[in-house]
Amino acid sequence: MIFDGVDIDIPRGKVTAIMGPSGTGKTTLLRMIGGQLRPRAGRVMVDGQDVHALRRGELYALRKRMGMLFQSGALLTDLNVYDNVAFPLREHTELPESMIRDLVLMKLEAVGLRGARDMMPSELSGGMARRVALARAIALDPMMIMYDEPFTGLDPISKGAVVELIHKINTALGVTSIIVSHDVRETTAISDYIYVLSDGKVVGQGTPQALMESDSPWVRQFMQGLPDGPVPFHYPASDYAADLLAGQG
Amino acid sequence: MKQSTTLEIMVGVFVALGLAALFMLAMKVSNISALNDEDGYLVKVHFENVGGLKVRSAVTVAGVRVGRVESIDFDEKLLEARVTLKIKRDVRLPSDSSASIFTAGLLGEQYVGLEPGGADTYLKEGDVIALGQSALILEQIIGRVLFSKAAEGGTQ
Amino acid sequence: MLTWLAHLGRAGLSFFERLGRGHLFLLQVLAGMPGLLLRPRLVIQQIYSVGVLSLVIIVVSGLFVGMVLGLQGYNTLADFGAAESLGVMVALSLVRELGPVVAALLFGGRAGSALTAEIGLMKATEQLSGMEMMAVDPLRRVIAPRFVAGFIAMPLLAAIFSAVGVIGGYFVGVGLLGVDDGAFWSQMQARVDLYDDVMNGVIKSVAFGFVATWIAVYEGYDAVPTAEGVSRATTRTVVHTALAVLGLDFVLTALMFGE
Repeated sequence: MIFDGVDIDIPRGKVTAIMGPSGTGKTTLLRMIGGQLRPRAGRVMVDGQDVHALRRGELYALRKRMGMLFQSGALLTDLNVYDNVAFPLREHTELPESMIRDLVLMKLEAVGLRGARDMMPSELSGGMARRVALARAIALDPMMIMYDEPFTGLDPISKGAVVELIHKINTALGVTSIIVSHDVRETTAISDYIYVLSDGKVVGQGTPQALMESDSPWVRQFMQGLPDGPVPFHYPASDYAADLLAGQG
Repeated sequence: MKQSTTLEIMVGVFVALGLAALFMLAMKVSNISALNDEDGYLVKVHFENVGGLKVRSAVTVAGVRVGRVESIDFDEKLLEARVTLKIKRDVRLPSDSSASIFTAGLLGEQYVGLEPGGADTYLKEGDVIALGQSALILEQIIGRVLFSKAAEGGTQ
Repeated sequence: MLTWLAHLGRAGLSFFERLGRGHLFLLQVLAGMPGLLLRPRLVIQQIYSVGVLSLVIIVVSGLFVGMVLGLQGYNTLADFGAAESLGVMVALSLVRELGPVVAALLFGGRAGSALTAEIGLMKATEQLSGMEMMAVDPLRRVIAPRFVAGFIAMPLLAAIFSAVGVIGGYFVGVGLLGVDDGAFWSQMQARVDLYDDVMNGVIKSVAFGFVATWIAVYEGYDAVPTAEGVSRATTRTVVHTALAVLGLDFVLTALMFGE
């Protein structure tokens, strides 16, 4: 079992963050919202529709209105930046090539990579790849964007750029944003509301401010990055002294 | 989009090459010419023994291929093999022609050789060739030779 | 003993589970095929990577196999005074057996493993998952075109292999060993049948193309999405393709030629 009684509300047009240590199933949660994974029990409602009760065609129609930014970017390696951003447009619309070009350039301009349109994904840095992926995620003007660990593995400048972009996209396009992350500083900077998950349960929730001042020891340890606390520094083991002596046998 | 046209050309070349190879296998390697003589007339001939003759074996006149064996079955009345030959429409043979089964080379494939006769009428669809010379069965010849040698030895 | 039986049972079950998943996968891919008629460009692109890029290895191998057949066949046939039948021997071996089989084995090694690696890598880097989230079905967009391309390319490659092989045999037999030029071709034409030999060879290569491509795309799609998983899947593709092609070849040969 990965989740136990998790009840999360994601308000329209706001930035909601889901935080927690690695391995608590944050990405799994996103995949369930996207309908890629099916929960054994419980429901996921998006825009009034139960994601897992939908038929294939309806699910695909719903997915067109969702954007997802993968941790790795998930750019198609055999297409260049321009074609990657054009990909959802070409797949789902009958727009003429000239209009697709305008749209792609607009999206690329929004993430500041209009000049990189002819580069291949392998030539991009991690931060650039993520920005291209973001341009692709907003290509179809979705109502909601899910960010899977958007800050992980980026240098501080790229991190700042992504934070800025998420914020800008949320306010400019009025989309609903869900951020899954364990980077406390960046996430608190842009989130309206945060859920903290641990061991499949919601252990804390509130505005960033409220969580920072939370009196729950667990939430405090997580938000402040303390090495020891309710989550012990040591992995459970037998008594240290006894273990050392046992080797002398 | 310019690199995709070269890609399409390459694929076109590849498909053309593949088809050309198939064409070569059909025309140059196999006997497609033998299939063009679908248009022909059927004549029957009886043999005591057809040996290793097979359906689609060649039918020749004076060494020239004029048709092929259409079917081989057993005639229950005559207790002989009945072979149906398909001969090209434009090859006209006298009605008293005879047929023999020959072997191409010592161990080669067997074929039907037609020997034209001298009659004024010609074979037509459904006719029967009266004279059918059976295949030479190697074992029988060897047996015969050995037997006569033994008989010679006995009289001396 | 009981644990041994349990192991056996588990292995059997997982084998059949894989087999079942493979067939379901095939059905889904086949269902995605009609859509490709509207977008032939996707298939053309894949024919390039599956067919055109395999051309060099097919042509070179075909030439050498034909030349070896010429040499070996000549030595054996000359003992029986039947060196003129060299053309027959080379052509029949190639058209009936070696063309489809060796081409399929090379196809598995060159194109099949590349397909598996490519699809496996797309899975490992979340590209397939990403497509799903963009409401694009990877089975239709990625797998189906590759499957069709392999299916089209394989018989063409086998035909090219056979044709080049015959030419290789001709070079060695006629050019090097002095077999009569006319006899080489005429005996070949007299004994190789368009239906029994050439068509059956083509049918074989179509069947091999189907199986080899199916294995390749399935292994890629089913790969564990890590670097190690992809490399294992690639190895499996080559091994399974070889086994499937050789086994299927026996069955088809028995059906076609074993009167």
